[in-house]
Amino acid sequence: MTDTNASRTAPKASLLTIDSHTKRRQAAEKRFRVYGIVAIVIGMLFLAVLAVSIIRSGLPAFTKTIVEVEFTLTQDEFDAAEKQLFKTKAYAGYFNAALLTKLREQGLDVEVDAKAIERILGKTGGTIREFYRANTEQIGQPVAFKLAAASRVDGYFKGRVSRDTLQDSRFMQLSDLDLVDALYSAGIIRQVFNWTFITGADSGVDNPGGAGIGASVVGSFFMMLVVLGLSLPIGVAASIYLEEFAPQNRITDFIEVNISNLAAVPSIVYGILGLSIFIQVMHLPQSAPLVGGLVLTLMTLPRIIIPARAALKAVPPSIRDAALGVGASKVQTVFHHVLPLATPGILTGLIIGLGQALGETAPLLLIGMVGFVARGYPDGFIAGFTDPNSAMPAQIYTWAARADVGFYEKAWGGIIILLIFLLTMNILAVILRRKFERRW
Amino acid sequence: MNDMRFVETRVTTNEAKFTAKDVQVYYGDNHAIKDVSIDIEDKTVTAFIGPSGCGKSTFLRCLNRMNDTIDICRVEGDILLDGEDIYDKKVDPVQLRARVGMVFQKPNPFPKSIYDNVAYGPRIHGMARTRADLDEIVEKSLRRAALWDEAKDRLNAPGTGLSGGQQQRLCIARAVATEPEVLLMDEPCSALDPIATSQVEELIADLRTRFSVVIVTHSMQQAARVSQKTAFFHLGDLVEYGDTGHIFTNPEDPRTESYITGRIG
Repeated sequence: MTDTNASRTAPKASLLTIDSHTKRRQAAEKRFRVYGIVAIVIGMLFLAVLAVSIIRSGLPAFTKTIVEVEFTLTQDEFDAAEKQLFKTKAYAGYFNAALLTKLREQGLDVEVDAKAIERILGKTGGTIREFYRANTEQIGQPVAFKLAAASRVDGYFKGRVSRDTLQDSRFMQLSDLDLVDALYSAGIIRQVFNWTFITGADSGVDNPGGAGIGASVVGSFFMMLVVLGLSLPIGVAASIYLEEFAPQNRITDFIEVNISNLAAVPSIVYGILGLSIFIQVMHLPQSAPLVGGLVLTLMTLPRIIIPARAALKAVPPSIRDAALGVGASKVQTVFHHVLPLATPGILTGLIIGLGQALGETAPLLLIGMVGFVARGYPDGFIAGFTDPNSAMPAQIYTWAARADVGFYEKAWGGIIILLIFLLTMNILAVILRRKFERRW
Repeated sequence: MNDMRFVETRVTTNEAKFTAKDVQVYYGDNHAIKDVSIDIEDKTVTAFIGPSGCGKSTFLRCLNRMNDTIDICRVEGDILLDGEDIYDKKVDPVQLRARVGMVFQKPNPFPKSIYDNVAYGPRIHGMARTRADLDEIVEKSLRRAALWDEAKDRLNAPGTGLSGGQQQRLCIARAVATEPEVLLMDEPCSALDPIATSQVEELIADLRTRFSVVIVTHSMQQAARVSQKTAFFHLGDLVEYGDTGHIFTNPEDPRTESYITGRIG
């Protein structure tokens, strides 16, 4: 018997039974798959928590509480009020009387005193007088006044304020809430969609109800125009030059290392740079979207150049050979063949870079694009590049830092608006990539 | 060998199209081509054979200055096209490449339509003034590349959607569309099946009537079938250059003999 025969008689492993080595390998594979699923589930969970908390905290910003009372001011009443010393007080009196009548009509019998109404609605007389002085033809006509309720009344409807939290409040009494309840059941007080929040400018620190993100959306828009207009041509030109034309030497190596490093520089450093160069040396206006755009361009450029170069590098060299082989020049090769193929990658990088710039706060704080902006809004749009303005993330930061709890929901609501813009940009990136994607 | 039918139809010796004298090519410190001197004749198919890494492709790419695109590549010596030094400072390599076309190892059509692939060269060189002129050039080139019958109904289909052999013929059509004087082919059949290969080979025999064709190949049978002149490269040296029949039946250098009989390579 030879060795060959001996081995042939040895029991052969069946493919149907699994040996220990295979068992261990399969267990390892299974374990790895479980790790992956667990990681994804945790990630999704965080995302869900984030989304739910943002929406829950932010949605109230999109509604506001108003008191709607229809009443008619006669010419006599107008004349009488204008003759008095405390004119606004007279108008408030007319309004309160109308409110009381309305309550009585609904069959509700509650104590209504002028002080309580003032606590619920603020000073109403001024608003009404303003209206009639501007629209004298409305005198004698029924006019439905929609007046914003005070922050605490608004909070009461949104669950931010309750009877417990109002125990020792100097600003409101528990009996006021009874009145509010009565007004609500009479349909006089109700919640409506808050257009001011979307179109308006920031308000003073004591008036969260009047605060809007519109002005800073415009500020962000002008900034993004500057960033797009500068970083797209500069970034694409730089990456094409570095990738396709530049010789490989120490200088280009040095530039390459620096671009990679710049992409990792904290954004606040760019803010300091912008402050010291654009504002202190070049004397560009403070708080202007132009300066913000310039700073964000500096910050975005390396983040656009790196993916653009990667996209150019990913174009197969055979395409370059083919174009050069039929006698195309270097520039023709790049612009006729390489660039069109790299476009989806370049666009993706560009939009992600713009998205980062849109959400950037820190550099804006340093160049003063933060804080209360109401001047010129909404008339000063055309000169918007150099007018003082804020930007969405900076506005959110400002609101979050304010003492009045009414601003809390504004900050969250602002985040929702910001996220809508970012999501739109990302969807745009995906669509553009799909549209320009070509196979070779 | 049955398929080693030599082309015996050559009657006259043509003029030299390319004249290379003492050409040296360096990739950084690597001396890739050593002292190569060769005359490539007009209206002739010249085959470069030799083992992998022997420098035949490198030398081929010197002939239309494609090596310029490689930073570390340095070429010394003279290469004359019709008596003019193509490495002269005054020469624009783009102008040279319009006269010396190239077909690559891997079919590399542009990711555009078949029509645009062929029309690209004529367009950038301003060879057609009207759309009708361009249509004519495209048809002529596709006919020369034996692709017209297969492609005429789908000129707007992407060139990348063709089969491998069709793609390579499209690349040949693209190369001949600019009416070059010399066509360089770098292993044009290495990615093709035997049927596509024989189609391309027929094409090469046909192209010889108009152009000078230089072909790099790993297949000695192919060299024997299509070429009239053969150059054998080994480790950067041009070992032997002569009539194809002569090289394959009666090689003078022992290295050539070893290679064509399959002992080295």
